[in-house]
Amino acid sequence: MTTPTAPVPRRRQKLEGLVRTRVVMDETALAQALRRIADQILARNPDPAGLMLVGIRTCGVFLARRLRQMLRDTTKVDVPLGAIDITLYRDDVFVGLPRPEVGSTSLPGTIDGRTVVLVDDVLFTGRTIRSALDALIDYGRPRCVQLAVLVDRGRRELPIHADYIGTQLPTTADESVRVSLSEEGEEDGVGLYEKAPG
Amino acid sequence: MTVTFAHRHLLGIEGLSKGDIVTILDLAEHMSEISLRPIKRVPTLRGKTVLQVFSEPSTRTRTSFEIAGKRLSADVVSVSDSGSSAQKGETLLDTARNLDAMKPDVIVLRHASSGAPHFVARYVEAAVVNAGDGMHEHPTQALLDCATIRRHKGRIEGLTVAILGDVAHSRVARSNLHALGKLGAHVRLAGPRTLLPLGVETLGAEVFDRVEPALEGADVVMVLRLQKERMTAGLLPGTREYSRYFGLNPRRLKLAKPDAIVMHPGPMNRGVEIEPEVADGSRSVILDQVTWGVAVRMAVLYLLAGPAPEDAA
Repeated sequence: MTTPTAPVPRRRQKLEGLVRTRVVMDETALAQALRRIADQILARNPDPAGLMLVGIRTCGVFLARRLRQMLRDTTKVDVPLGAIDITLYRDDVFVGLPRPEVGSTSLPGTIDGRTVVLVDDVLFTGRTIRSALDALIDYGRPRCVQLAVLVDRGRRELPIHADYIGTQLPTTADESVRVSLSEEGEEDGVGLYEKAPG
Repeated sequence: MTVTFAHRHLLGIEGLSKGDIVTILDLAEHMSEISLRPIKRVPTLRGKTVLQVFSEPSTRTRTSFEIAGKRLSADVVSVSDSGSSAQKGETLLDTARNLDAMKPDVIVLRHASSGAPHFVARYVEAAVVNAGDGMHEHPTQALLDCATIRRHKGRIEGLTVAILGDVAHSRVARSNLHALGKLGAHVRLAGPRTLLPLGVETLGAEVFDRVEPALEGADVVMVLRLQKERMTAGLLPGTREYSRYFGLNPRRLKLAKPDAIVMHPGPMNRGVEIEPEVADGSRSVILDQVTWGVAVRMAVLYLLAGPAPEDAA
């Protein structure tokens, strides 16, 4: 429980002035969706030895870690796990203020010749993925890159699509989709939000 | 998620809060990884121009800013005094205004006069970074020193830092006094009385006229460069005597904690303020300081290039 003096977690601040209009996934549905993604990854890449999971900070890293555990349970193979921060590759660093916070990128060894599965929570405009692809290419030349997302909310602004999708969720531009995870001290789930009236 | 850094310029550490300093150090930690990649460049400052104006000699600082700018994809242009219009009698203000008319995003300025960057900052559109002004401040040096200490010691608060040498004439010492003080370190200053500024105790430092008591139990030993000009000014008898009484040698270093680190902002006078065994020894982090310099300057350029925050100081 938070004390009155505890700072508001950053991800919560983003939700101020928003109300949840729908629970898109509960804990069980989220686990099932990830399970399905893990199975699809294996169906498409029968030899997991050449794989690398790379989560996009912050939520994508937690999801990639869970997928890795699922792949290990099925195949007994530990797929290398990396984390990528796309802030320095964003096309809107200097649009609006203040500056976005920068996080660290850490990849477990070379990506040359590997099949990299990028993992993110929500696919929306596609700009994050564009940035992530640019960042990834600066580390080497993967054999191919695939994309796994928990939610595809549509409304793309770039020609980007996901290879593995937990759920498709049609949204309007005003709505927000938020994935909450136990790794961040919350209950697993996906919610649809819109601006509070007034 | 955003960072809060409400400053248009980086003129000194004195005007920064503890939070500002921590913001830069945290950012530098992330930036440091870029220098280890096979392709050491990110596109963040693409299309931004960083203009370096150095009216004093510099190898490290100028190269470090240049590399920092280039690793963020900025265009970096350097102007030095020799061969510039300053030699033809142009004033600093005219030079600054003319260079600013070429629309740089950041001007990195080193100048022999204390306060020169503050003066220039009032008249230009670009963000100004002080790369050393006279005997006043050298903020990015203090920031890279703090980044180095934090990496090696895991913290700064509560550490005892001994700064040895020519404190009175050192902008490095002054910036470090501010930075280390704000971050909660205990700072001790030691050197010949003629090279210790009057009233420096008011900045929260303990002052010693012998190095031994200052070194006792220190976590960090920072040795300052002895500027040869001080001898001609009659402040010191000679380098041999200085080295004998104030130089850092292995025997004196034993007084500090067994895991104390040794720092020097460079350029070093080997055998004067620091013995080669110490400078090249296992406790020296002098080259780490240089490495951190690039990361810290990347962080500073990231925070200052581009539009100014509306409430910027």
